[in-house]
Order: sequence, then structure tokens, then C-alpha cells
Amino acid sequence: MAPRNEDVPENAPEHCPGTGSDQAGKAASCAGCPNQAACATGPKGPDPAIPLINERMSSVKHKVLVLSGKGGVGKSTFTTNLAFALSMDESIQVGIMDIDITGPSMPRMTGLDGETIHQSNSGWSPVYVSDNLGVMSVGFMLENPDDAVIWRGPKKNGIIKQFLKDVDWGQLDFLVVDTPPGTSDEHLSAVQYLKEAGIDGAVIITTPQEMSLQDVRKEINFCKKTKIPIIGVVENMSGFVCPGCKKESVIFAPNTGGARRMAEEVGVPFLGSIPLDPRIGKSCDLGESFLDLYPDSPAHTAYLSVIEKIKAYVAAQA
Amino acid sequence: MERSPATSNLSQVKHIILVLSGKGGVGKSTVSTELALSLVELGKKVGVLDIDLTGPSIPRMFGLDGQQVHQASTGWIPVYADETKRLAVMSLGFLLQNKDDAVVWRGPKKTAMIKQFLEDVAWGELDYLLIDTPPGTSDEHISVAENLRQYNPDGAVVVTTPQAVSLADVRKELNFCRKVKIPVLGVVENMSGFVCPHCAECSDLFSKGGGEAMAEEFKVDFLGRVPIDPTLTTLIEAEGGSFVNRFTQSSLYPIFQKITEKVTDKCESSS
Repeated sequence: MAPRNEDVPENAPEHCPGTGSDQAGKAASCAGCPNQAACATGPKGPDPAIPLINERMSSVKHKVLVLSGKGGVGKSTFTTNLAFALSMDESIQVGIMDIDITGPSMPRMTGLDGETIHQSNSGWSPVYVSDNLGVMSVGFMLENPDDAVIWRGPKKNGIIKQFLKDVDWGQLDFLVVDTPPGTSDEHLSAVQYLKEAGIDGAVIITTPQEMSLQDVRKEINFCKKTKIPIIGVVENMSGFVCPGCKKESVIFAPNTGGARRMAEEVGVPFLGSIPLDPRIGKSCDLGESFLDLYPDSPAHTAYLSVIEKIKAYVAAQA
Repeated sequence: MERSPATSNLSQVKHIILVLSGKGGVGKSTVSTELALSLVELGKKVGVLDIDLTGPSIPRMFGLDGQQVHQASTGWIPVYADETKRLAVMSLGFLLQNKDDAVVWRGPKKTAMIKQFLEDVAWGELDYLLIDTPPGTSDEHISVAENLRQYNPDGAVVVTTPQAVSLADVRKELNFCRKVKIPVLGVVENMSGFVCPHCAECSDLFSKGGGEAMAEEFKVDFLGRVPIDPTLTTLIEAEGGSFVNRFTQSSLYPIFQKITEKVTDKCESSS
């Protein structure tokens, strides 16, 4: 088997056969490599689940990841609103997959708190908000919604693999994947398992202050390292219009130019800014669709403009 | 090799407090920073350990971006945030060559790093060690709980914002504390209300009162409510000088004085 370049670590000895090769740990050049034993005994070849995932994902047209290095910036809120907006067109089938294992927010935000997953011989059935919007989350698998999911990496990876392999989505136009903050197990697994099936791109969410931007730059570097195309950056919680006097205030000051400038600096598209509106948080708490209920909000227009850009990007891919 | 508590680097640390939250972006690092600075104002020697490996915020909070950790025979020397060396800080951010580098690590590597942070940092004598954590209940949290067991940490300060989506995750964190037997010192409700600087009307951006109700339900103490203060990011991020020196000018300082008092009362009465 020819060496596959992506399997050769940067600091490997010369002529390393690659960690995935059947010569790994056995080739002449492996002698003296500190990882020789690990390579010689590790499982060989691609993960047997990947062909199954590819088969499942073959009926999903577009896969979009929602990412952010920082927590609490609105990944899940954005995911929910994106999915609600896409599913307004009844001919479009939408799925949400929540891979935030230890803090799943999707069940509540979509108004599906307390629902459970059903199993059939074609796999796990997602929970449906409406005919064309299905949701899958660890939150549906807990006996008590307050139970802590105290899992280390490998167990989290296992459930993500199952979500991709065993969930019977049927024909989907969009699968929106909501992620936890950071650049660790969940992100690596999602990217690794979906690599062959193909990810259309990632939407990166941030808030305007540097504290959040510094983590988001890391996330952008993660996307570049793992070769996920970036659809663009969305700045959430930018500005707040006081319901009393209608004047705008800055809550999280964009001291370093905000997301727009950061996007320019790292050379990724900027999709738009969404202002704070207390009604967004309220609709998420109640599991209602903000975009349906409050068409008068300035955030409504901002959301739709960002979502249009994402649709256009995805349509251009096809 | 396990080192016995008597000879380790944590043996001269009197009190250990974890700052936890199931949810991200609720202000764990901000609360850690403000607690640390309030403790320093009380004359305590304080250490802050940042175990959020993939998104370390602590260096920037203390205005220490770009600082490096030095190695000595006793271990890693933390970075000091003030001239009098009363405030020591350790974070993965200090170990990165480029601060935008992504730390793409799976669980086992994170676990090893945390173990090293707990064993190899030469804190010296400390009154308080505050541990700032990432969101969730996974590798970092399990590791820190396991490795700290022999040192009997005083407990955890749990941070939340008032809306239901955040509380749902924080309830999980409270259950996590119960399971791993870390006492909960109390709950802080952050981002509770915003006073419009133009008309002084108070808007509840993320609802209100949820943290207090949850604390009651779980029978843990409620430490206080912290409003959104837009000048805070400005104070932290302004160039020149550092937040360490500016903190007492912040409108949140009096609120944190009260919270800190409750925390120190609890820690020092039990020891």
C-alpha cells in the first residue's frame, strides 16, 4: 500500500509509512521511532463505521456546521433560527444534530423538552418539531433533564459516531450541526467522520469583544487545519436597542474592531451582525420560533439577511 | 508516581476553589478574575489556574497576553499579575507560541496537561487557588476533581446567567458536583439586567432571578446577582495599565466585595 501523506505525522522519521498503513510500526524506518509500539499495535485502516456513515449521509444534500471557539455566544440560538428559517419552506427537509453532549440546548430551544427518541429497524428516529424539521440530541436520551452527562472523550466520540451512523434522517436538504465550544473531541470526531461524506462549510459565531474573538481565531485556525470551508463569520449580540428610549447601547464593546475586522484580517467572509433583543432569549427559553413571532425586531431582518447569504453559498456549492 | 500531599506544590495552598458552569460564555473567567482581584484587595495571596485548554481567557483578563512561563527546579513558575507578587496566574495561553494557535487536543492529552498543571506549578504559599474551568462536565472536570481529591478542595462557585437555556446546563453542573462530592459554595447570577445608560431603564437581556430560584431548589447558597456592565469590557481591554489596577474603579467592585466576603467566610470557618 502506498504511503498516504495525511497519515504521516510532521515529526515522524524519514520514510515513515504513515500511521494508517499496514506497514506502520513494522517498516525499517520505524526502528527507533518513539511511537513504534503504538503504531504496531493500533487498529489499522479506516474506521469501519465510515462507509456506514457515508451511506447514511448520501441522502443528506447539505451539511453545515455551526462553530465557535467561545461558549455562550449564540451557536445554538443561531442553529435553531437557521433551521426554523430554512424549514419555513415546506418543501425543504431540515435536520438539526446537536453534538454538544454535556450541555445539549436543542431540546429546549426547539420546544421538544422531555421528548424521547424512538428506535425502529431503520435506526433511531429524530424528534420532529414539524413535518420537515427533525432534531437529534443527547438531551432526548436522559431520564431526567437535570442529569449530568459526565463523559470523557472516547464516549463522546462514540455517541457522535452513532448519531451519524444510526439516525434515520430520511431525505434531507439541510443537516445543521450544532457544536459545543472549543476545538476538541467533538469537533475532531464530527470532522473526521464527515470528511468523506463532505461538509459544505462552517458558520462561525462570535460576540463583538476581543475576549470572544481570540477564541474564535483559534476556531478559524482549526477549520483551516482540518480543511473545512468557512461559509463566514456572524457577529451576535452586537448592540442593544433599549425598549424604553429606543437608543442603542453597546453591551460587549468591539474594542478591537469587532468580528468584521477580524474576518477581514484572517480573510474569511463576514456574514453580518445580529443585535441583542431580549425576545430572542425568551423565545429560545420557550422553544418558539423567534423569526415567526417577532417580524418587527431589528434582529429579524439581520437574521434573514445572514441566512440568505448561507443559502446562496450552499446553492453555489451544488 | 503519585506524590504525597505533604510534599507537592499544592501543599502550601490553604484554600482551593473551583469556578464552574455547565454553560459557556456566562462569565466564569470574569467571575474568577473579579474574585481573585477582590481577594487580593483583602490582602490575600491568590493563584488563578486556567484549565480551559482550548479557549484560555485568563491571560487577557489580567492583561498578561504574550507572557511566558519560566521553568525552575521546583517546577513551572506562574506569571505574576502585580508587582508585589500577590497574584499568580497559570494558563495554557502562556505556553502557546502564537496566541491564535488552535489547541486541537482530544481528552487524554487534556487530562495529562491538567495533571501537570496541578502537580508542577510552583505556586509557593497561597491563601487561595481559584481554578477557572471550561464549560461542560467532561474530561477537564473529571480530571480536576480526581486529582484534587487528596487536597480536599473547599468547593465550587457555580456561575450562571438567568435564562432557562443556561440554567438547564447549570443544573447538570450542580448534579456533577454532587456526584463527585465537591461542595457547592454558592451560585452567582451573572448578566442579570442591564441599565440603559441613556434613560436608566433596566432591561433584562437574559431574563432575571433564575439563578436565585435554582439555588433555592438545589438548597445551595445564592451569592449574588451581577448586572451587565458594558464598561467592564472596556476596562479589561483598554490599552495601557491593566485591569488589575483598574478593578477598584469598576462599578462591579462593591458587588464582588460582598460575594467575596461570603466565599471567604465559608472557606475560613470550615478550616
